[in-house]
Amino acid sequence: MEFFSSIWGFVPEWLQILIVILLKIVAIILPLILAVAYTTYAERKIIGYMQDRLGPNRVGPKGWLQPIADTVKLMFKEILQPTKASVAVFYIAPLLALAPALIVWAVIPFSETMILADINVGLLFILAIASLDVFGIILAGWASNSKYAILSSLRAGAQVVSYEIAMGFALVGVLMAAGSLNLNDIIKAQSGNITDWFVWPLFGLFAVFFISGVAETNRAPFDVAEGESEIVAGFHVEYSGMAFALFFLAEYASMLMVSTLAGVLFLGGWLSPFQGLDFLIDLPIIGMFFGNGVHWLLLKTAFFIFLYFWFRATFPRYRYDQIMRLGWKILIPVTLVWIFLEGAAIALGWKPWLS
Amino acid sequence: MGFEQVVFYLFATVLIAAAISVVTVRNPVYAALFLILAFFSSSATWIMMEAEFLGVVLILVYVGAVMVLFLFVIMMLDINLEVIREGFMRYLPVGILVAVAIAAEMILILASDKLDKPMPQPAPADYDNTKALGEVLYTQYVYPFEIAAVILLVAMIAAIVLTHRKRSRSKSQNPSLQVRVTKGSDRVRLVKMKSEGKVGE
Repeated sequence: MEFFSSIWGFVPEWLQILIVILLKIVAIILPLILAVAYTTYAERKIIGYMQDRLGPNRVGPKGWLQPIADTVKLMFKEILQPTKASVAVFYIAPLLALAPALIVWAVIPFSETMILADINVGLLFILAIASLDVFGIILAGWASNSKYAILSSLRAGAQVVSYEIAMGFALVGVLMAAGSLNLNDIIKAQSGNITDWFVWPLFGLFAVFFISGVAETNRAPFDVAEGESEIVAGFHVEYSGMAFALFFLAEYASMLMVSTLAGVLFLGGWLSPFQGLDFLIDLPIIGMFFGNGVHWLLLKTAFFIFLYFWFRATFPRYRYDQIMRLGWKILIPVTLVWIFLEGAAIALGWKPWLS
Repeated sequence: MGFEQVVFYLFATVLIAAAISVVTVRNPVYAALFLILAFFSSSATWIMMEAEFLGVVLILVYVGAVMVLFLFVIMMLDINLEVIREGFMRYLPVGILVAVAIAAEMILILASDKLDKPMPQPAPADYDNTKALGEVLYTQYVYPFEIAAVILLVAMIAAIVLTHRKRSRSKSQNPSLQVRVTKGSDRVRLVKMKSEGKVGE
């Protein structure tokens, strides 16, 4: 230990900062990638049970090693490159899809102190980075030099750009209620007890947020970007092996992201639903469970991820023009009206939520 | 050299390299991608100058919205580089003239003592750039701000009205009518028929 601290003293200051930040990033990314792997397993199992099947059950006990086997398979597959593909963009596109999905985690508060970058404009940062997701899709479609891919990327691009507006308006409502763009401040504004969560006064915005979140991540029932029956696999039809795996990883990381955000913005993030019930929190050992902490954020995320799977098993795919109608003619007017009423409520001092 | 300086020089180098590439690369899609990189790096330098709101909004508006539409247009157009390059020598004198004029203007401004202001003190850690901007926009400059917003709205509506045309041969569906069908009368037509007699009767 002494040895390490003496070496640490010789490292220049800027390098020290860099090393500490890099270690923190690894501490976030590694569990995230593991979570993504087991989200795919959970999806196949849950949808399997919903459809009266068993789901993956061959690799390892109860199929527990299935995601590992899939990863290994994808890693050793050849990456095919279409002739006349735009080579540089063809390989940059999957990275551009993955990078925004990972960057956003920098500002997520896992608990009061567990946060990589506690910045003033956290909510705006998330919105800005989330708007970059679309580049991976449209560039992949263009660079593949395939008509199915470009059709899919045009659809996906239009869809993502449209639903971003509804999502942005939903976030404006949260910002008005919390009076801050900092995510930890937004969570703290919801403390008190379970009735102080923003999901109650902002229920319409919450619904709009999650529906647009599902559309933003191109998941069922809004997955026209990969409508198998019409355009084969969509924008990643020409990708194989690890290049395809990166798109897959990006999609699931974004799903986890939207779920976590829904938990942070509307369900109080790391706040416990038992907040205010002090006799439970004061209990000797199980009090830890009832108190605030990162486990509540993980539970809330898991709940929204389950909703994603449930939607996928339940709803048929939307038609493209109906997606556009839902986004522009229903979700955006709902948010506008809700924001207007919320402003009136704030002006009138509508306790206990909007002061 | 402090950590901030390392980061600043990193982003500044990337910014200049990307900006040069925008005008030198041959493929228009690559040029658009380098423009995105340039926006991104300049946003990072703005954030380092404590203008975090402007930096993030630059990414949100220009990279997230404007450049997406730009890329769409460039991808859909069939750009022929030969045709674009045709008049290069003919337009070169005008181009040089414009470049010299811009350079002269910039040198005049940068060399004047108008910019010789003392180094601003860094703001305290809890200083909220967004809040400060909002307070100025919605109190001191509320009318100019609202008028600018209305002008933009008018321009947007005008653009939609000018380009929107009803295509007579379009067979598009009206989803709201389709959603509103009633189960009984719109979907199933019940027809009363007399039963036919048995064969051979």
